[in-house]
Amino acid sequence: MKLPRLGTWAYYGIVGATLAFVVAPLLAVIWVSVFVNKIIGFPPTGYTLKWYANAWALVDFREGFLLSLQLALLATAIGLAIGVPAALALARARFRGKAFISTLLLSPMMVPGVVAGSGVYLYFIQIELLSGVQLAATLPGLIAAHVVIVIPWVVRLVTTALLSVSENVEEAAQNLGATPLQTFWRVTLPIARPGLVAGALFSFIVSFTDLEKSLFLVGPGRTTLPIAIINYLEWNLDPTIAAVATVQIFIIGLALVISDRYVKLSRAF
Amino acid sequence: MSYIEFHRIEKRYGSFHAVSDFALSLDKGELVALLGPSGCGKTTTLRMLAGFVPVSGGRITLGGKDITELPAHRRNIGMVFQGYALFPHMTVAKNVAFGLEMRRLNREEIELRVKEALSRVRLEAFADRLPKQLSGGQQQRVALARAMAINPDVLLLDEPLSALDARLRHEVRAEIRQLQRELGLTTLIVTHDQDEALSMADRLVVMNKGRIEQVGSPAQLYEEPSNRFVAEFMGKTNFLEGRREGPADFRTTHGSLLKSSGDGPAAASCLSFRPERARMVPVDASDEPNLNTLEARVQLFTYLGSVVECRLESSTGQPLLVTRANTSGVQRAGLTEGARVKVRWSPEDSRLLA
Repeated sequence: MKLPRLGTWAYYGIVGATLAFVVAPLLAVIWVSVFVNKIIGFPPTGYTLKWYANAWALVDFREGFLLSLQLALLATAIGLAIGVPAALALARARFRGKAFISTLLLSPMMVPGVVAGSGVYLYFIQIELLSGVQLAATLPGLIAAHVVIVIPWVVRLVTTALLSVSENVEEAAQNLGATPLQTFWRVTLPIARPGLVAGALFSFIVSFTDLEKSLFLVGPGRTTLPIAIINYLEWNLDPTIAAVATVQIFIIGLALVISDRYVKLSRAF
Repeated sequence: MSYIEFHRIEKRYGSFHAVSDFALSLDKGELVALLGPSGCGKTTTLRMLAGFVPVSGGRITLGGKDITELPAHRRNIGMVFQGYALFPHMTVAKNVAFGLEMRRLNREEIELRVKEALSRVRLEAFADRLPKQLSGGQQQRVALARAMAINPDVLLLDEPLSALDARLRHEVRAEIRQLQRELGLTTLIVTHDQDEALSMADRLVVMNKGRIEQVGSPAQLYEEPSNRFVAEFMGKTNFLEGRREGPADFRTTHGSLLKSSGDGPAAASCLSFRPERARMVPVDASDEPNLNTLEARVQLFTYLGSVVECRLESSTGQPLLVTRANTSGVQRAGLTEGARVKVRWSPEDSRLLA
């Protein structure tokens, strides 16, 4: 009877330590964001919310936040519009070169962000030299780059979800009189919804927090939030950074909680 | 004019012939079973009628109309899938209503017909449940209700009972048969289980390697199989190899001379008889020249409940199988392993096959 109990304690100990390792930095950031001292030191002499006001007052943060939000939403929408049909083809159709296309669509996930970012930058410059259309340092260019970051997530998660929809069920719908399109909207999509929501959510998060790829593509007066944070850190180290990071944590947390209310995300993996 | 007609249907996948030269007609209200081992083409045939598999050759007509090229969703055919294929995100009522919504019926009518369909399978109380909250048998009945709610021209059942346990299978079998009769639904059922086919169908179609082996009533197929494959597939049987030596005479390769009914091909190479048509009598019983008799030794005695089964070997080395109803005398009949007996059966029960 003694050994199993020891095992149980060890189990809880390891789980607790792992959890602490993940959560502690987040809690520390949130804690620091309300320190009154400009120079971060322990223990703080008092608490304040002025750093949040300060962050909002700084134009780089405010506009960076709005740009990142806009970018993440647009990239996710476009990523879904492209990625869902692609996932459908990968999950259902049989064609030559399917494995190759599947790998191609997932490849942005495997290439380091800095490499991909510089690649996209050079590509944009080439296009500009050839056609005179400027893409680098513009919003459309940034959106295009983020769509590329987002697509592997959509394709991966939606394909998995679609593969879990049995073809028999789709046939049953057609047997009952549903056209292929009605079958997709009324049967396939609702069953695959957890994967779809998870795909959209992860798209939003990877776009919203992307640093490396955007680094090459932002222009003067057009900075995303992660880059604004890096820029600020170069010259300052005060709790404003912690306040900005806290806001970011809460937005992502909120997205997770809201989507979990509508679909059990655990079903998507 | 028959209701459904397969005009020499064919299905090829590359050089593989999944179904060849399939010709069959079904009358209205008839229940026909496609029977055969897995891979014999029975499911492919069913799916061609449903419109999920395009045919490579031939035509299918339904009520005189050619439906060969009609897409699945425009054929008014109800199907119960193997594994049921219920919509997991919809309640039972929504599942049943789906086909009616696709037909754009008004809400009151849909509600009425869903209720009617569910009461037919005794599931009114489960209308608001999700499929995963139901047992296998209940899901099966939902699938049946869903397929019948659309008033289909034909009902297709693909291995409808394979996921149920043995006791439930008997129950559902009878239930499907009764509903089908009541509604006069023309029904095609695919199964690999010969018991299921025998007990449910008006007519059976035995298939093998993409071709029809024989079509007939359950009794015809069991009593008068046209070849070895059908005889073997339709339950247990004895095959004695040999050759024909006259109108009714048959000489086995083991040297015994046996008599048959005289039917069957001239070049018959085997005589078959069903194990329940033979009797075992004491080895010293008097001769009966009108019957076939082989002396044999009991090798294995198997108790199967309602019947007992004896595996024997004749004195010439021929393996035999004989079953007997488990009547009160059986236990004391001396049929212990090693016992010597005479196996006796009538020439009328002996069928010559190629």
